[in-house]
Amino acid sequence: MSNRPELIAPPEIFYNDSEARKYTSSSRIVEIQAKLSERALEPLALPKDDVPRFLLDIGCGSGLSGETISENGQQWIGFDISASMLNVAVEREVEGDLLLGDMGQGLGLRAGVIDGAISISAVQWLCNADKSSHEPRWRLKAFFGSLYRCLSRGARAVFQLYPENIAQRELIFDQAMQAGFSGWLVFDYPRSTKKRKEFLVLRCGPLPTNIDYGHNDSCSDDDDSEDEEDGMVCVLDRNRPRKKQRTNKKGKGREWVLRKKEQSRRKGNDVPADSKYTARKRKSRF
Amino acid sequence: MRLITHNMLSCNIKGVTNGFPLKIEAEKVVEKEVDFNPDFLRHMFAKIEWKALVEAARSMGYAELPEDSPDATVIDSADETFLRKLHHALLELHLEEGALVCPETGRKFPVNKGIPNMLLHEDEV
Repeated sequence: MSNRPELIAPPEIFYNDSEARKYTSSSRIVEIQAKLSERALEPLALPKDDVPRFLLDIGCGSGLSGETISENGQQWIGFDISASMLNVAVEREVEGDLLLGDMGQGLGLRAGVIDGAISISAVQWLCNADKSSHEPRWRLKAFFGSLYRCLSRGARAVFQLYPENIAQRELIFDQAMQAGFSGWLVFDYPRSTKKRKEFLVLRCGPLPTNIDYGHNDSCSDDDDSEDEEDGMVCVLDRNRPRKKQRTNKKGKGREWVLRKKEQSRRKGNDVPADSKYTARKRKSRF
Repeated sequence: MRLITHNMLSCNIKGVTNGFPLKIEAEKVVEKEVDFNPDFLRHMFAKIEWKALVEAARSMGYAELPEDSPDATVIDSADETFLRKLHHALLELHLEEGALVCPETGRKFPVNKGIPNMLLHEDEV
């Protein structure tokens, strides 16, 4: 594909003065960037207590995404490797602080001070080796490692990505996991080639405690609670031999039957009227 | 660059263990007024290295911050005089031109138009 800027030149050369100005004066790009950054702030799940948080914008460019962050009432620091883009950001008088840095060299921030990070269309640049000393794997590792260190516990980082192929996506995801993040991918409009957007959401530290993967989620039969009390290990029902599979003791219940009858009635079937005998339990000697 | 960012920033050269705090060599300092938000200051206060902030503020020509880190009662109290000072030091002082110096190696990171250049040479990665 020829419309991928990463294939044309390294970022600090591709985004030169004229390209930086073009980028920021295009109303289409401005609108897309604003939309993307707004969308990226959603999975960041910042607490809604009106206290501004201290965020990181990685690959901030001319500060288009930073503006959205400011509008959201947050404080931010922006990182970018292109001096021309940062100069445009200074001219536009963005509110956040700007740093000229290469994210592949690590971020160089103190541990645990940042409340969250977003990055719009930037991380895929790390997958390219633009100099002989560049090794994408190491650069990604340095980046995610330093990001993990500077985020506070439980903070999130959201990356909007355009990976070129599946291998790139896996490389980015693997390195993030190795740095210690837990995370997931979000796809917007997965079926459209043009509108399709991909977000990598990373969380610093373990998954939240309110999700309990141990007992109740994997097998949700009622009997399992009894198992736990007996100290038995719970086994997924579908892994048991067919004869030993447990049947649900309670059955479906009256409500279920009534609902099904109502459904059937709506389809126009001939259904017996409801009565006190409907879904009544049979006697045990039957 | 504001001092809040300076307080987060450390030297990133390979092998450097004490890259914090970076010394400030100020050539030009500007002040820009920003809205005062006590909640944000209270939120950030726990994350700030006090000594580094005092030193940085002094090198920018602002010496009103107390030497010792104030305790939580001063932060939470309704009296805003201290928070005002903190607000001014953290968010309103901008280092426009100058340099940041790594305390261990003495490497200079130049600051132009308020943007510190933190790019490393290839032998420093």
